[in-house]
Amino acid sequence: MINVSKLKKGIVLDHITAGHGFKVFQQLGLDKLSDVVVLMRNVDSGRMGKKDLIKIETDLPLDFDVLGLLDPGITVSYVENGVCVRKQRLSLPERVTGILQCKNPRCISQSENVEPIHFTLVDAKTKEYACEYCDARTHL
Amino acid sequence: MNPKRCLIEPGDLTTGEIFHLIGLANDILHRPEAYSDRCKGKLLASLFYEPSTRTKFSFDAAMLRLGGQVIGFSDPNTSSASKGETLADSARVVSCYSDVIVVRHPKEGAAKLIAQNADCPVINAGDGGHQHPTQTLTDLMTIQKHKGRLDNLTVGVCGDLKFGRTIHSLVSCLAQFDNLRFRFISPEELQMPSFVKDVLDRRGIAYEETNQLDQAIGSLDILYMSRVQRERFVSEEEYLRLKDYFILTEEKMALAKQDMIVMHPLPRVNEIQRDVDDDPRAVYFDQVRNGMYVRMALILFLLGLDKEAKA
Repeated sequence: MINVSKLKKGIVLDHITAGHGFKVFQQLGLDKLSDVVVLMRNVDSGRMGKKDLIKIETDLPLDFDVLGLLDPGITVSYVENGVCVRKQRLSLPERVTGILQCKNPRCISQSENVEPIHFTLVDAKTKEYACEYCDARTHL
Repeated sequence: MNPKRCLIEPGDLTTGEIFHLIGLANDILHRPEAYSDRCKGKLLASLFYEPSTRTKFSFDAAMLRLGGQVIGFSDPNTSSASKGETLADSARVVSCYSDVIVVRHPKEGAAKLIAQNADCPVINAGDGGHQHPTQTLTDLMTIQKHKGRLDNLTVGVCGDLKFGRTIHSLVSCLAQFDNLRFRFISPEELQMPSFVKDVLDRRGIAYEETNQLDQAIGSLDILYMSRVQRERFVSEEEYLRLKDYFILTEEKMALAKQDMIVMHPLPRVNEIQRDVDDDPRAVYFDQVRNGMYVRMALILFLLGLDKEAKA
């Protein structure tokens, strides 16, 4: 059993689906931080069986759309003086901008330099989003 | 000043506005002289990045019959696109000269991109295999004329449902009306795309998918035929294999209801045999005529001249 000491100030990303932790770590660019960051994988969980967990020893702005898209089950806890002061539950965002890319080769966004494209959630089960230009479905 | 209105996809119009446009188109049809100078001094920019005969002529004729004028191109090699100008810049420039823009483009979503950058109303005259909303208005006017309603209908769409932009627009738009049922008749490779079926699913509208025209035709109030489009295929072999998958003949028409109507956005290749043209249920040439009048109505509506015309 590996023990990681309690966080005094920072953010805990809990209830990450087991195996998704590294993807979340990469997407949030945590490798670029100079602060302490701990990624724990396959931690025992009463509710999930196994889960991943990330502790970040700093307060940084998080993109909840990206997090929700990656893993809507994540719980974000903000810790101060060793106590959780705020919890944020995530959900699949209805609309995301600048995160997804259209994969349809016939879409105008493939040949023109368009602004970040808006995508709208069309299927929560498959996490599929529709491109604002061509309506083609895509996912992360 | 009212916000700019565009027609990029059928959902840009409410059902009330659709009926208004059909009514206006019928009025223009019966009293063309009352509208012959409504667009005097107005300029329509016709940007056709893809070949077209019917749609381009229809828009040009519509604007000219309203007393307006037309500028534009029908070959992208003669436009600044060939110099590398972006579509967004072209939209900004052209909207400085014109009052309304009509665009056809081979890429899906191109009309929306132009609408986001132009200062004047933009009409989508077909964007790749995506949408063709003015053909939809034409189709709705034809259905209203021949069936007397836009609700309580069983509609069969047959042929290339994957790349058939007229079909995508029509089905998405008809989904707004009550008690519609759809039969999607196509080979497996050319089935209706998810983005259209999503619209039906969200509205709880029933549809069936089949590759048997003979079995489906007897239940239909409307049979909408479409061409398998060579230009949408990457593989010529695949096109040749599928192009004559469905051919509507008088023998198949004998299985249909006596009041079913056959529609087609044209051009036709082999999918409707010539002898079907004489069947009174074949209304596809009337569809063409309706197209010009409904486009006249749309131009007036987007320029805010529709009320004035009615007075």
